[in-house]
Amino acid sequence: MEKIMKGFPLSHVIGFVFSLILTFGAAGIALKTDLSFKVIMWIIGSLAIMQAGIQLFMFMHLREGEDGKTNVLNILYGVFMAVVIVAGSIWVLSSGHAH
Amino acid sequence: MSANVDTTLPLEYQTEQNRLNILGFWIFLGAEIILFATLFGVYGVLYERYAGGPTHKDIFVIKDVMIQTLLLLTSSFTMGLAIFEMRLHNLKRLITWLIITLVLGAGFLFMEINEFIHYVHEGATMQTSAFLSSLFVLLGTHGAHVTLGIGWAIMVIIQLAKRGLTPVTARKTFIIGLYWHFLDVVWIFIFTFVYLKGLVG
Repeated sequence: MEKIMKGFPLSHVIGFVFSLILTFGAAGIALKTDLSFKVIMWIIGSLAIMQAGIQLFMFMHLREGEDGKTNVLNILYGVFMAVVIVAGSIWVLSSGHAH
Repeated sequence: MSANVDTTLPLEYQTEQNRLNILGFWIFLGAEIILFATLFGVYGVLYERYAGGPTHKDIFVIKDVMIQTLLLLTSSFTMGLAIFEMRLHNLKRLITWLIITLVLGAGFLFMEINEFIHYVHEGATMQTSAFLSSLFVLLGTHGAHVTLGIGWAIMVIIQLAKRGLTPVTARKTFIIGLYWHFLDVVWIFIFTFVYLKGLVG
């Protein structure tokens, strides 16, 4: 919004190209390498977070408008809760009873 | 319509009502993150409980998953282009990109329905194992969101065609755009933590 748009959607095209690279990169690392399961999950998990960032900042313009800061805090809180729910559930339910 | 109209902003931000609706939709998306987090949590706990039934490697077809991913990824891009054209006040191009987005979304849905049919033919139903129950619920909830999004976007397109670009129709278009990008964000995590993870381990 800050820059007056000209005829070419440059940031969208860049975002799309990066998304494609990250998608094929993740698939290639997961399916074509001999790295350990843990290493692969850390790498492709990071790639997924990067790609989500591209969507949020380059396509959804998360920081745009007078509520931009509120949006960022809201989504960060959502992500924090998501991590607590997912990691917490797996931790409690799959490691607790095994010991 | 609300009084203080700021014409220096893009149409969808011009009225106080619009700004509040967009803020409200972001808060809704925060709640959607939690919804999908619970389903990812359930899947993360149960994903190896096969109960003697098929495993990931028995049923996942990576080629079809890649096609679904590319369809949804491209549709998110074309939705971005639609909003880009909206801000240039090109109504025709806006509607064209929206329709292209919906065709890609429908293609994704077609692939997903075929995927489910393929699974059931392989003996992998919702009742087979905890792994498959959690898988179908996670994928199905995402697919239901895509279905809803297609219906919603069709109604927005009809309004755009009838009323043209106004602060109200621009706001509605912008919000369906946010929704559509969000569905792609969810899919990125399904792609990574369901399909790729299942085929690695």
